[in-house]
Amino acid sequence: MIENGFYGEFGGYYVSELLIPCLTELEKAFVEIKDDPSFHQQLKHLLNNWAGRPTPLYRSAWLSEELGCEAYLKREDLLHGGAHKTNNTAGQGLLAQRMGKKRIIAETGAGQHGVATAMIGALLGLDTTIYMGAKDVARQAPNVARMRLFGAKIISVESGGASLKGAINDALRAWTERVHDTFYVFGTAAGPHPYPAIVKTFQKIIGEEIAEQLGNIGARPKAIVASVGGGSNAIGAFAPFIQDESVMLLGAEPGGDGVETGRHGAALSAGRPGSLHGAISYVLQDKDGQIGDTHSVSAGLDYPGVGPEHSHLHACGRAEYAPITDAEALESFVQLCRYDGILPALESAHAVALARKCKSRFGKGDHIVINLSGRGDKDMDHAMNTLQEKGISL
Amino acid sequence: MSAQRTLLDERLAAAKSSERLAFLPFLVVGDPHPEGFIQMAKAMVEAGADALELGLPFSDPPADGPVVQAADLRALSAGITTEKAFELMEQVHRQHDIPISLLVYFNLIMQAGAEAFFERCRAVGIDAVLVADVPFELSEPIFRAARAAGVSPVCLASAVSSSERAKTIREIGEAYVYAAARVGITGVQQTVAESSLGELVTRLRHAEVTLPILAGFGLSRVEHIHAVRDAGADGCIVGSSIIDQMARHLPDIDAGVAAAHRLAHKLSVATRTKA
Ligand SMILES: Cc1ncc(COP(=O)(O)O)c(C=O)c1O
Repeated sequence: MIENGFYGEFGGYYVSELLIPCLTELEKAFVEIKDDPSFHQQLKHLLNNWAGRPTPLYRSAWLSEELGCEAYLKREDLLHGGAHKTNNTAGQGLLAQRMGKKRIIAETGAGQHGVATAMIGALLGLDTTIYMGAKDVARQAPNVARMRLFGAKIISVESGGASLKGAINDALRAWTERVHDTFYVFGTAAGPHPYPAIVKTFQKIIGEEIAEQLGNIGARPKAIVASVGGGSNAIGAFAPFIQDESVMLLGAEPGGDGVETGRHGAALSAGRPGSLHGAISYVLQDKDGQIGDTHSVSAGLDYPGVGPEHSHLHACGRAEYAPITDAEALESFVQLCRYDGILPALESAHAVALARKCKSRFGKGDHIVINLSGRGDKDMDHAMNTLQEKGISL
Repeated sequence: MSAQRTLLDERLAAAKSSERLAFLPFLVVGDPHPEGFIQMAKAMVEAGADALELGLPFSDPPADGPVVQAADLRALSAGITTEKAFELMEQVHRQHDIPISLLVYFNLIMQAGAEAFFERCRAVGIDAVLVADVPFELSEPIFRAARAAGVSPVCLASAVSSSERAKTIREIGEAYVYAAARVGITGVQQTVAESSLGELVTRLRHAEVTLPILAGFGLSRVEHIHAVRDAGADGCIVGSSIIDQMARHLPDIDAGVAAAHRLAHKLSVATRTKA
């Protein structure tokens, strides 16, 4: 390997010796395209014409009033596929093609990364297999149907809590067995090096557009707020501002039923450093290091780990992360529907809720940007049922 | 390279000098429950095991196949903790005077603290440790802690490992080399990729690796054992197929242990015979 992929004391590639040849091959290919203008031209063309970039930066009048500042939504929900995941799968899909791979595999939680992988698989003619926890297959039915329509094969995973964690285990296994012809399209800014670097490279367009779009109105952000599952939409939105200490970076973790109940997925707020899925990062685990099962209303955030760069930003205090409960997220979910006419993904609703929680820290005239990472059509059934269970009437 | 010859080194050397393959069954500690595991370990010793390769149960073992993962989860549901596992291994080691090599995922070492972990290994009689998810590049601090405690760090190699990595094994490996008989994860398979295993053995010998080479991953039949011998390896590690024999009889542990013993015995005999 060329680099070790550490962010402070976090990251690395803690994988079986048997995976090293594939990671080495991947890193080499990534280094080659990283500064290759022809690759980036091809990607830009695809993102602009097939996927609909740039996405709008929209000022929400309701939120601006509520937060007492200039509140903007970065509309990744309008990206083709319905979430920021397409930025990454378009990039990794083209990379797979350059590497001559005929087959791609991916894990998925909410199904958004699975859908985005299946889309690019269809476009590029790559045989596509998606690993998805059985619990998520049940609660994200529309996305399962979409993946099938795009021609992907779905493998339902029962182990590992039947959610994202188990899906990653099985996808890693499948990759180890078929490295020669298979490219693993990893969905978030976690996993072994070079994945956190690859995913950040393809997602940082979110933050770059935010900087440019605010620049166009002569403004700079006071805060960037994003939800954190593995951390890809957040690291993408944060990326250009990490060096600029005047910009607050806020990450919303899945607080589930509340961190005190133990039923949540807030790795940074309630976990400690450990090694999971190939990297050292904050992990929810017991005393011995057995990884916990997690809970969140949002399948895309239901993961006991987090990307290593977020662990670093958390440990050194550059970014702040806080848990948002299911109930808080649902409240913002409904309000965004009501007042903005926007149906957000439950994941993204966590970011809106965190911005509202932090409102005392924003002043009049401050520009804050909430990354609306995806749209909520996939969550309709699940959200309606949960709202009913919690006795919240519409 | 190890400062002291361990019981494991002796038993592997003894197998070699009697011109047979060493036979190492793999079990998950505490699977399906503490008593069942103790019975399984006894059955493996009686079937002719030269040493035991034991896995410390982990909730998320991506380097293992479904059979071993299920075994890990059974052990964890039975309340096995890292400390409880150490106690069970000590009991097996003492009872049967059998050497133990431990397979472990890095997070369990990290949470215990590497120094404390390997000292505990040494204290209960574990001779060697293979960390499933730490590649050579990142292994230095972990291997150093193992050596300091007098535990031999084991290296893993496969058909896709480069000659350069084979040379690294010569530098840093102790006890034996775990040679993956196929590319992939542990599990039951139909055939052994004999030619690629043979090439791997040649590559390791070419790199002047003199350690015993033990082949594992997917061995379940007498023909596999013969293929391992023909490839020039020194021994075999058999896990999933033995565990599977036991598991399919659950909850009848006696029937499970008997079935696992039958298979282990058959394979053990094969390590002494030619095709
Ligand atoms: C819309 C949306 N937002 C956020 C996430 C969380 O992932 P990440 O933290 O990688 O952005 C997901 C994951 O599925 C998602 O679908």
